[in-house]
Amino acid sequence: MIFPAVKTIVRRDLLLALRRRSDVATALLFFVIVASLFPLGVGAEPNLLRAIAPGVIWVAALLSSMLSLGRLFAADHADGTLEQMLLGAAPLGVVVSAKTLAHWLVSGLPLVLIAPLIALQYDVEAGLYGVLALSLLLGTPVLSIIGAIGAALTLGLRGGGVLLSLLVLPLYVPVLILGAGSVEMAAAGLSPEGQLLLLGAMLIVAAVFAPWATAAALRISSE
Amino acid sequence: MTTQGIRWFWYASPQTFFPLAGKIARVCAVLAVIFALAGLYVGFLVAPTDAQQGEAYRIIYIHVPAAWMSMFIYVVMAVWAAAGLALNTRLSFMMVRALAPTGALFTFIALWTGAFWGRPTWGTYWVWGDTRLMTELILLFLYFGVMALQAAIDERRRADRAGALLAIVGVVNIPLIYYSVKWWNTLHQGASVSFTKAPSMAATMFTGMILMALAFWTYSIAVAMVRLRCEIVETQ
Repeated sequence: MIFPAVKTIVRRDLLLALRRRSDVATALLFFVIVASLFPLGVGAEPNLLRAIAPGVIWVAALLSSMLSLGRLFAADHADGTLEQMLLGAAPLGVVVSAKTLAHWLVSGLPLVLIAPLIALQYDVEAGLYGVLALSLLLGTPVLSIIGAIGAALTLGLRGGGVLLSLLVLPLYVPVLILGAGSVEMAAAGLSPEGQLLLLGAMLIVAAVFAPWATAAALRISSE
Repeated sequence: MTTQGIRWFWYASPQTFFPLAGKIARVCAVLAVIFALAGLYVGFLVAPTDAQQGEAYRIIYIHVPAAWMSMFIYVVMAVWAAAGLALNTRLSFMMVRALAPTGALFTFIALWTGAFWGRPTWGTYWVWGDTRLMTELILLFLYFGVMALQAAIDERRRADRAGALLAIVGVVNIPLIYYSVKWWNTLHQGASVSFTKAPSMAATMFTGMILMALAFWTYSIAVAMVRLRCEIVETQ
């Protein structure tokens, strides 16, 4: 009952994303552009850039993943699919988890893959690419999962995008601190294990509890 | 069902609670003034000067009670939010609306006074690396988020329920604030007062702080009740 539903929804959402490729590309380009703006703004001093690289990449990832949250439920809400999902036999929490997973595959995973390239631009040591990618791999799903709550709450509201950032960004702060912190620890020659384990723990806790809240929010928003 | 039980549900209706809220507001407002005067008197005139921090420490009579209230009001707000979602009572959601601005105010006061205390003692207004400061700032944003979400939704029922859900989600931040000085040894000092051991400060200082906390507490109740009455008048 549950796994076929997950499979169907993930496949459907990925297919829809594939049909509207420009949406996916826009969020990714946004990530690249934001990360490229910082050297222009703060100056081209290599040591400074090397020092701020983890933070810049993480902030850019955070903003990019937040911008793409609007797409998570909006299209389904607009054409009535969401109502069918609310009425359907599959538990809403499962539906939400599957949609979030598909959303992360489209908007989070590309960031993980392209981040080392940005790190290269910032002249980050090659040894840190692994930690950076791993921290993003653990952290960006948390962003999608927590962000889904905000996306569900602001569904169909005027000016929902700005409101969404106000709701979601404070909740993103711990992920940002741990994610950027892990790379900085590794850069300082210390073990990033602690931060990465905490990120993993956050991922597990968020994946277990947040879909409930998202499901409740969807029910509130589509009453 | 006992008479006690019936009275609870009797007062769960906005109309019947309206006069009681007025009485509570008046009593608490008077108490708040008395406690505040007593607290300020003890804090500024009776309590001794701190050996290490000098006179600057006296800001704790505002700072610590405000910080307590900022967390406490959030928890109370979340409890009302949960009660509203579970029991579907209008008054609970009105309590959420009535408490949020006061909570945000105390969070802001805690941050502001903390900055002014930090300047002479730490040598800086703000430290980005400190977890207590960060989590308290997040608390302020959470209050703003709840209020903004409620304000952004025109349909009242959805606004109340969405705000309530966000308030409940934000509760994860409260233990982080409370334990931040224990789990991370950053700049902010540990708690001077706890439930399990005697306070690590002079008795008069402690009395002044408790009096101020009582003043803030009764003030919060009074203001929340006044705001609740406005909410009732607005909606009924």
